[in-house]
Amino acid sequence: MNNRNIVLFIGGIVFGFGLAVGGMSKPEIVLSFLQLKDIGLVVLMGAATGVTFVAINVVPRFVEKPVLGGEFKPRTRALSRNTLIGAAIFGVGWGLSGQCPGSALSSLGIGNLPVLLGMAAMFLGAYVMGRFFG
Amino acid sequence: MFPLGVMSYIFGGIIIGLAVSFVYIMTGQHATQSSLFSSTLSYFSKVPFFNRKTYLESREWRLYFAAGVILGALVYTVTISPDGFWTTSVPWWRLLLGGFLVGFGTRLSSGCTSGHGISGIASLSTTSLFAVVTFIVVGVITANLMLMLGVVP
Repeated sequence: MNNRNIVLFIGGIVFGFGLAVGGMSKPEIVLSFLQLKDIGLVVLMGAATGVTFVAINVVPRFVEKPVLGGEFKPRTRALSRNTLIGAAIFGVGWGLSGQCPGSALSSLGIGNLPVLLGMAAMFLGAYVMGRFFG
Repeated sequence: MFPLGVMSYIFGGIIIGLAVSFVYIMTGQHATQSSLFSSTLSYFSKVPFFNRKTYLESREWRLYFAAGVILGALVYTVTISPDGFWTTSVPWWRLLLGGFLVGFGTRLSSGCTSGHGISGIASLSTTSLFAVVTFIVVGVITANLMLMLGVVP
């Protein structure tokens, strides 16, 4: 395992732990947000984004480049029709199942084995997208 | 608004933000989730979309990252979780159909709740802001339609 993979593995552990602490590994809690019964999900997303904002926008003013090399580059994507159509399709799937990619992984970690069905379907959906619309 | 209290959401969010920040400061990578599908498919498929340079370069660390996410939730479950191992009561057909649309939609959109939602907005990307507003609005409409149709949970 090289250093980058070790960092990503540790980062993943912390990320998954945080998802579980915030209840995101339970599709029921995600659905209760989408049904507007519990708006905690936006609080969680806001807190995560706030901390990340500092790392992306403030830290690079004081640190020239990432510790393991490479460069600091904010995550930007060109806006296209596909961005919005894809987001809308994702929204339908999210509202149907209460799953998103990260929460599904963390759901496995809390022993929620039925989410394996959802994960398999996500891979299939990603395959169909890349194969026929990529 | 917060039947379960608000603290778990704040702490959970801060921990997630620290994880993404740690990875960014150490490697310059954005620790996002949904690219895992496309990058992992490059191991099995010759379809050009999956064999883009960015996926080939990131496919290995994305697997380590995903394994970490599963392990982190497991650590929570066996340490501080109040309810231990847990299984959803959302029926299989919703997981399956919803999962397919999540996989297709996040890849068409180039991001999910973490890529557009956390890393994208933290990068002040207007594209990500539009994407986030779109999937939240559509998600809310879908979930409420299901509720109105009497599909519970």
